[in-house]
Amino acid sequence: MQGLIDRITSLPEWYFELGRIDVTFAILMLAGVIATIMSWKGRPGMLVGAAYVVVAVVLAYFMSFQAAVGLGMIASIAALLVPNIHPEHGTISWFNDPRARGLIAQIILFLLVTFGIYAMVTNTIVNLERQNIASGFGFLNQTAGFGINQTLIPYTEESTYGQTFIVGLLNTILVAIVGIFLATILGFIVGVARLSKNWVINKIAYWYIEVMRNVPLLLHIFVWYFAVLRAVPDKRDKWSLFDTFHLNIYGIWAPEPLPGPMFWMTVVAFLAAIVIAFILAKLAKARQMRTGETFPSFWVGLAIIIILPLAAFFATGSPLDFEHPKFVAEGPIFKRGFEFQSGLQVIPEFIALLLALSIYTAAYIAEIVRAGILAVSHGQTEAANALGLRSGPTLRLVVIPQALRVIIPPLTNQYLNLTKNSSLAVAIAYPDLVAVFAGTTLNQTGQAVEIIVITMLVYLGLSLVTSAIMNWYNSRIALVER
Amino acid sequence: MKVLSRVALGALVAAGFATSASAATLDDIKKKGHVQCGVSQGLPGFSNTDDSGKWTGIDVDLCRAVAAAVFGDATKVKFTPLSAKERFTALQSGEVDILSRNTTWTMGRDTALGLNFAGVNYYDGQGFMVPKKLNVKSALELGGASVCTNTGTTTELNVADYFRSNNMKYEVVAFEKADEVVAAYDAGRCDVYTTDRSGLAAQRLKLSKADDHVVLPEIISKEPLGPVVRQGDDQWFNIVKWTHFAMVNAEEMGVSKANHAEMMKSANPGIKRLLGTEGDFGSKLGLGNDWASSVISQVGNYGEVYEANVGPNTPLKLARGSNALWTKGGLQYAPPVR
Amino acid sequence: MSSNTTEAFVRTDFLPQQTAPVSEHGIVGWVMKNLFSSPLNILQTLVGIGLLYLIITPLFRFGITNAVWEGADRTACAIDHVGACWAMVKAKFPQYMYFQYPIDERWRVDLVGLVGLVLLIPMLIPFVPLKKTNAILLLVIYPVFAFILLYGGWFGLPIVETPVWGGLMVTLVIAVVGIVASLPLGILFALGRRSDMPLVRSVSIAFIEFWRGIPLITVLFMSSVLLPLFLPEGVTFDKLLRALIGVALFSSAYMAETIRGGLQAIPKGQYEGAQALGLSYWKMMNLIVLPQAIKHVIPGIVNSFIALFKDTTLVLIIGMFDLLGAIQTSFTDPKWATETQDETGYLFAALIFWVFCFAMSRYSIFMENKLHTGHKR
Repeated sequence: MQGLIDRITSLPEWYFELGRIDVTFAILMLAGVIATIMSWKGRPGMLVGAAYVVVAVVLAYFMSFQAAVGLGMIASIAALLVPNIHPEHGTISWFNDPRARGLIAQIILFLLVTFGIYAMVTNTIVNLERQNIASGFGFLNQTAGFGINQTLIPYTEESTYGQTFIVGLLNTILVAIVGIFLATILGFIVGVARLSKNWVINKIAYWYIEVMRNVPLLLHIFVWYFAVLRAVPDKRDKWSLFDTFHLNIYGIWAPEPLPGPMFWMTVVAFLAAIVIAFILAKLAKARQMRTGETFPSFWVGLAIIIILPLAAFFATGSPLDFEHPKFVAEGPIFKRGFEFQSGLQVIPEFIALLLALSIYTAAYIAEIVRAGILAVSHGQTEAANALGLRSGPTLRLVVIPQALRVIIPPLTNQYLNLTKNSSLAVAIAYPDLVAVFAGTTLNQTGQAVEIIVITMLVYLGLSLVTSAIMNWYNSRIALVER
Repeated sequence: MKVLSRVALGALVAAGFATSASAATLDDIKKKGHVQCGVSQGLPGFSNTDDSGKWTGIDVDLCRAVAAAVFGDATKVKFTPLSAKERFTALQSGEVDILSRNTTWTMGRDTALGLNFAGVNYYDGQGFMVPKKLNVKSALELGGASVCTNTGTTTELNVADYFRSNNMKYEVVAFEKADEVVAAYDAGRCDVYTTDRSGLAAQRLKLSKADDHVVLPEIISKEPLGPVVRQGDDQWFNIVKWTHFAMVNAEEMGVSKANHAEMMKSANPGIKRLLGTEGDFGSKLGLGNDWASSVISQVGNYGEVYEANVGPNTPLKLARGSNALWTKGGLQYAPPVR
Repeated sequence: MSSNTTEAFVRTDFLPQQTAPVSEHGIVGWVMKNLFSSPLNILQTLVGIGLLYLIITPLFRFGITNAVWEGADRTACAIDHVGACWAMVKAKFPQYMYFQYPIDERWRVDLVGLVGLVLLIPMLIPFVPLKKTNAILLLVIYPVFAFILLYGGWFGLPIVETPVWGGLMVTLVIAVVGIVASLPLGILFALGRRSDMPLVRSVSIAFIEFWRGIPLITVLFMSSVLLPLFLPEGVTFDKLLRALIGVALFSSAYMAETIRGGLQAIPKGQYEGAQALGLSYWKMMNLIVLPQAIKHVIPGIVNSFIALFKDTTLVLIIGMFDLLGAIQTSFTDPKWATETQDETGYLFAALIFWVFCFAMSRYSIFMENKLHTGHKR
């Protein structure tokens, strides 16, 4: 792990050491000019462009960015002055040629954007140098020295800022995934309830949606954290469920599963069962296509997934222990309550953030689900009934696949929103990426530029990954159409 | 290129502009007519506003004193409330001319952030506050506690060091804003609230039942709090530094807001040099010779400022302790005006 | 009547019309149909009523029966089983609205709000004429007017620095500036994204996707700690202005996507018709395409505004005092320290935000129905 962090964080050092920002920008600009010229299909322009590229690279490397920009302007104008041969109308003035005008507009835009970025970066570098502010990514290897109250990887105060980054990132991903899961379930329930013929249920769903989504998320979070927190028992007390799960102001306390040495067998059996169930479903489907005979592949598959791991678990002698949280009820008052690092503690910051995110997002998902189901024309249901399908298969085979096509794109958006909104954790001390990295680490090191840029890149990356996965799923669903 | 970018930006933005250059802060301040001072977003006794937006506190008075030294008018100062996160950037970028925001002087900050600490207007140390009902007498009994604090402060690091070096388990709950720390501690999320002891005294006032909480005797760190200026402008650095020294010297010599008029006639050569009736120390700072005289007549000496904002007769009830003059066993010591 | 018709009987008059069976109409019919039509339905009704009971009774008890309405300080609310301490809200109300805006100058805020309402209401009612004049007044003249009045400095008005701005006033300032700035920017980027010019298109896509991909809080962090570093030496902005720039850029990316939806809904024939008439690109957009497209997406624009209005609460994280921030600050006032001050404050904030957002969402639905009359099933 340390080696990996070292490698990741040491990479960009050359960027600052080399001091050749200009080269970067020249290259950036060249890429833009090439794109512009490629888009303009006239041959003369391409020749000029190619010549320019060669000269500009040489100049930018040996001289400076400014020279390259100047050359770019001259080359662009020259390219425009080359008579533009139109295949049908012969030579026309370049000024009236929409392609030429488009090119000018693009070159101007390009120069503006490049200049804007260039000015911003040089300003920043000048400012940092002038004020003697440390820069670079070396801080990621420094010792952080502060504690974090929820860490998914081993972390102590002696860990580095690079590790705090990973801790924060994992916490963000954790709350996003669990939140997406809960919000989807709740959203589907409310969305279906919104379509219920029962007036009471229908209205409850309606007001749930209207109340939840018209109140700011941050307020949801504050209410769950500060107002509800006061209502649960304090540290020296607890509410218990089956004497196994406990709730107090320090969060939810549950037994922590401690897998024994042979536990991997159960995991393997579980994975194998999933593969078997999957193959079974494929075979059953193929047979149904061939012969028309149906096979209850879902139930059989489910049975395999449940029975096989259980069998493996008991065959290896139940290699799973539970460590119950230790509750001290006697002794000096300060020492009473649950002991830290005994059992599994879910911190209240996580719970509050999770509830707020899920409940808020569920209101939006409910509306999406409702619109999706309504979008499937009633004729589809009637036609399915006419074919003799019972209501279960009608829903499963006819309505839901079509509704999903309408639901998935906006649902993806909500998932992305939830992920981004998890950054509000910073308001209630849940140690997510923004709180730990763009918050504490930034405050301790003072290296705002590097940290904010990394944070933004992470969110951009998460967004792109989520939307890529959802687009892939969406395209699969869309194929079902024909 | 830089000139061009400045022109472009100047054309883009018309409102809310203020320009200043680090090279000659004093000239810029004189041009714009006020000192821009970065303060906290509300810490009673240090920098705090009442409902009508009037600022009070020991950090605020330091800024007023600087304004008095520069303009001869303590009201020519404007305050910018800053969060812990923003404070250094705001100073570096020139948004504020002086950062007087209970900021701890550390080597890292002094060397890596392009800043200069101009002095120490409050010697502090980090402490712990716990509810009385927990019956805790010493910080060494705090093993297994959960601790509420602010992120991005030296306190967060100190508490980690303290618990680690004493082999005690703990859980830290770190908030971005001080008010949220108070709210969470008040709700019972933590057994312990830790910050500078002056901060504890101030934040305690915000608790629903202030008297149910007690500050433990241990002081686990050194927290010299003081005003900060940008690196690279020695003149401005000197003005801020000597404004503070002038206030300390005034207390030592017994010059106060109350007896200022009489003291102007004093024959004591030290007082004469301080108040500018003899010598030309003010002009060497780039200021008028009455610079310190204005500070004392309009803001007061260090002791007066202390008593008015954080002293035993204020809600914070902080004894002078380390902040007493060196002649009275404290640490406040100013080089002579000579 | 002749004798051969004796076997058949044809009624010559109508029977009096009978009302439908009790189980099919009226309250009973409605109840039978909507609440008790099947065992499942009955179960749903019972569960629903149980849920309602669980939610409404404590709320009612907290907000009304056990609430304290009058009082000068915390002693009024320091009773057992106290509900909401509305007396605190009453005492702190000016602070929630204006925060620390000087008391003598608060008429300026009121005036800006009043003029805003006067300009906004005719804008929202579809049949009121002079929409174009109204829009110019509201979107161009009014912001300048509001700035001069709120900030001061002209016409002998004393300057009110932005750090003392706060409360609902700042919430509205940020939301309104965000929407007013994001409309033109959003249109520009929406057109850019649909442009034929690859560079213009890629710059627009990069801009839109960048802002949509990052959370608003990082935008605000950037505006509060990074923007000063991007500027040339010695150039600084006001903190509120920096936040406004961040919010405006952020919301213009969302606005661009909303407007792009409207642009895509315009049939290609409209573009082709405009081109056949020889209109230039900007004339085609200004006269033919955008008026139709924007009309299509008015509900979407209102929805973005609701989102923006709720998002303004985030500025409290960077230390500004919007409505929620002002309310939270009041919790630290020992004068009103009571058991329920947090709950009361949050409930009040929720009410205010809810009223604004709900009204806007109703308006959006109203416009949607108005615009889609032709396509309704």
